[in-house]
Amino acid sequence: MMEAVEHPLLKYLRAAMIPHIWCSGCGNGIILNAFVHALDELQIDLNKLVVVSGIGCIGRAAGYINADSFHTTHGRPIAFATGVKLAKPELEVVVISGDGDLFAIGGNHFIHAARRNIGIKVICANNFNYGMTGGQVGPTTPLEALTTTTPYGNIEHPFNLVHLAAASGATYVARWTTLHVRMLTASIKKLLQRKGFSFIEVVSPCPEIYGRHNKMRTGLEMMEWFREASVIANFSDPAKAEITPEKIVVGEFVDIEKPTYEQLLYEKMAKLMKEESE
Amino acid sequence: MAEKKAVLTGVHFMSGDIACAEGAIAAGCRFFAGYPITPATEIAEHIAARMPKVGGIYIQMEDEIASIAAVIGASYAGLKAMTATSGPGFSLMQENIGLAVMTEAPCVIVDVMRGGPSTGQPTLPGQQDVMQAKWGSHGDYEIIALSPSSVQEMFDLTVEAFNLAEMYRVPTLLMADEVVAHMWEKVVIPPAEEIKIVNRKKPNAPPGNYAPFMPDDDLVPPMACFGEGYRFHATGLTHDEHGYPRTQDSDVQMRLVKRLCDKIRKNADKIVRVEEVMIDDAEVVVVAYGIVARAALSAVKKAREQGIKAGLVRLITLWPFPEKHVARAAEKTKAIIVPEMNCGQMVREVERAAKTTPAYHLPKLGEEPHTPLEILEAIRRHS
Amino acid sequence: MPERLWRTPLDVEKISRPKAEIYILKDQCKGCGFCIHYCPKKVLEESDEINARGVHPPRVVDEKNCVLCSFCTAVCPDFAIFVKEKQCKDGC
Repeated sequence: MMEAVEHPLLKYLRAAMIPHIWCSGCGNGIILNAFVHALDELQIDLNKLVVVSGIGCIGRAAGYINADSFHTTHGRPIAFATGVKLAKPELEVVVISGDGDLFAIGGNHFIHAARRNIGIKVICANNFNYGMTGGQVGPTTPLEALTTTTPYGNIEHPFNLVHLAAASGATYVARWTTLHVRMLTASIKKLLQRKGFSFIEVVSPCPEIYGRHNKMRTGLEMMEWFREASVIANFSDPAKAEITPEKIVVGEFVDIEKPTYEQLLYEKMAKLMKEESE
Repeated sequence: MAEKKAVLTGVHFMSGDIACAEGAIAAGCRFFAGYPITPATEIAEHIAARMPKVGGIYIQMEDEIASIAAVIGASYAGLKAMTATSGPGFSLMQENIGLAVMTEAPCVIVDVMRGGPSTGQPTLPGQQDVMQAKWGSHGDYEIIALSPSSVQEMFDLTVEAFNLAEMYRVPTLLMADEVVAHMWEKVVIPPAEEIKIVNRKKPNAPPGNYAPFMPDDDLVPPMACFGEGYRFHATGLTHDEHGYPRTQDSDVQMRLVKRLCDKIRKNADKIVRVEEVMIDDAEVVVVAYGIVARAALSAVKKAREQGIKAGLVRLITLWPFPEKHVARAAEKTKAIIVPEMNCGQMVREVERAAKTTPAYHLPKLGEEPHTPLEILEAIRRHS
Repeated sequence: MPERLWRTPLDVEKISRPKAEIYILKDQCKGCGFCIHYCPKKVLEESDEINARGVHPPRVVDEKNCVLCSFCTAVCPDFAIFVKEKQCKDGC
C-alpha cells in the first residue's frame, strides 16, 4: 500500500474546495466522481465546460469542478443554463442539482427546457428528501416514508422523474443508482455526447438525513437497498418505472434525436442576417 | 460606439416600448428573455422581430423568474442582456435581482409600472414599484434605477442603463410607467458613432491569477466570461475574492456586502442625473419623475406666469437617490411638492434629504397621471 | 456459459496477471465503507487507526488479490482511494 500521492482525477477538481461538505455515506461524492471520470475518459476541454447547480447538498458540486461554474438561486439552474447555452452554444453546459431543486421549486424550468430541447445536460441527484435543510418531504419522497415534515408517514405521491423527463420531450433519459457507477459513468459519457436536452436521474443514498428515519442508518444499508431492488431494463416504458421499496428500474429509457432550440435559433438568425445584408 | 448596422439612425415616430427596444439594440444588447405582460409586452414583441436580424437572441421563457435567470446566464456568457416586465413580473424577479447584485452580473431590467398591488390595473399607469426597485430583494444592496419621462428618454435611458450596468457590474432598472411606454412621440436616434457605449472591464490577469471578485480601485472587479479559459466560480452565497463560498466568515461578509453597496454609493455623484428647472429663486419646488414630471413642468411654467416662484427637480436617477440635488433645492425653498402615482413613496426620500423644509405629497391613483392643473393648485396652496 | 469458452487460453504461459498498487489517501476517507464492502476480491478491510476525520480508513489485506477492477476508485465518494497497475519488469 502506498500513501501521500495525488488522486489521478484531482486536476478536474478545485483543490481549494476539497474536501467536499458531504456526509459520510452520501452518494453525491460518487456522482461527482462518476462525472469527472466521464470528463477524463472523453478528454473534455475544461475551458469549454460550464457546470451550473442550484441549492441543496449537491448544489455544491459546481464549485468542486475545475471548470467555469455557477451556483444559482434555488430552483433556477436550468433557466440560468438556458441563457448560457443560447449565448454560447459551443459550450458544454451541464446542470447538476437535486430532486427538490429541479422538480419542486424548479419543476417548471425543467419541463420547459426539455420541451424546447435546449441542449443542456441535467444530472439529478435523487436522495428522496431535502437534505440541506434537515430532511423534509420532497417531490420524490416515497409514500409512507418518514421525514421531519411527514412524521406520521408521507401521503404525497412521488414524481417518477424519468417518466416526467420523457413526457416533457427530453432526448436522452436514464436512471442509475450510485451503486451502478460503471453504467452511470458510461451514461454520463453519452449525456455529454448528445446534442439535445439530456437527463440522468441518479438515485443516491442520504443515510444521515433520510435513511436514519427510514430504517437505513448507513450509506451501506441504502446501497444494499439499491442492490436488492434494482432491475436493469434498458428502453423499458418509463411510465412503469416508478420507484418503490421493492423495485428500482434502472437503465436508459430514451435516446432519440431532434433539432435543438439553439440549432433552429441560429439557423433562423443566419437566414435573417443574410437577408438583411442583401 | 454602437454597432452601425444595428442602429436605426433617423427621426422616428415610436411608442415608448419600441424606443426602449431600439435603445437596447443600439446599446449592444444581444440577449432578451422575457414573459408577456401588459404594458411591457411590446418591448418583447419588437425585440423578437429585430433581434435575430442583428445576431441577437430572443427567448420567451416560462415565467419571469426564468427570464431573469436566463438573463444572468447570458450576461455571464458575455452578452449584454435584458428583460422587461411589469409589477407582477417584477415581484417574481426580485430574488434573482439579488443574485445579479451578489454575483455582479451586468444586466438591464425594465419595469413598466402599472397600478397595483397584485394584478391591479394592467392597462393603467402607476409609480408604485419605485421603493420595490430599491428594496425588493432581500439583504443589503445598492442598485441603479432610472426614470424616463418621454419616449425619447425610453431610448436614451435604456442605452444609459446598459452603460451603467456594464460600468458598475450591477443590475440596472429602467422604471418606466404605462404612459411613457404606450405613448407615441418623436424619437431622434443619433448616428451610431454618437452613441456612447460602455463595455465591462475585462481581466488583465492570466487565467491562473484571476480572482473573479477582486475589485479595482473603483470597487468594481474586472469580469471574465464563461468559455474564456478563466475557469472561475460564482455563487449567490457569501464569497471571497476567488468566488468561493465563505458563509461562516463575518469578515468576508462585511467586506463583500460593504463593497457591493460602496461601489454605487461612492460613485453616486457620477451616476446621478437630475433635470433642474428654475430652482435658483424658487419658493416652491416640485420634485417629480416619470410622466408626472411632464405635468409638473407645465404646472411650474404656469405658476411662473402667475407670478409664483416655482421650480422643478426632475429625478432621472431614482436610485441612488439624488439627495444632494434635493437638499440643495430644499435649502432655498419654503415648500416641496412631490406628486406621485402612488400613496407616498419617493416623498419619504425627499423628506429625508430636505431635512427641515416641509415636503407635501400629492398622490394620484387609479386612472391617469396628475394634470398640470392639479399640480398648479398644490403649488398655489403652498406658495 | 457455453463449454467452448472454458478452454485454456493459448497464450496463458506468456501473460501474467497485472499487479495492483492500491493508494489510500487516509485523511480524505470519511469511513463510508463502500470500497471495503463492494470489493469483489475482498482486498480491503477497516483498519484500527483513526484518521484526521475521526473514522477508520480502509487498509489493504492482500494487494496480490486485487484484479484492478477499480470499483473502489469509482465508488469512493471522497476521492480517497485509487488503484494503479504496478509497473514492473521481470515479474514482480
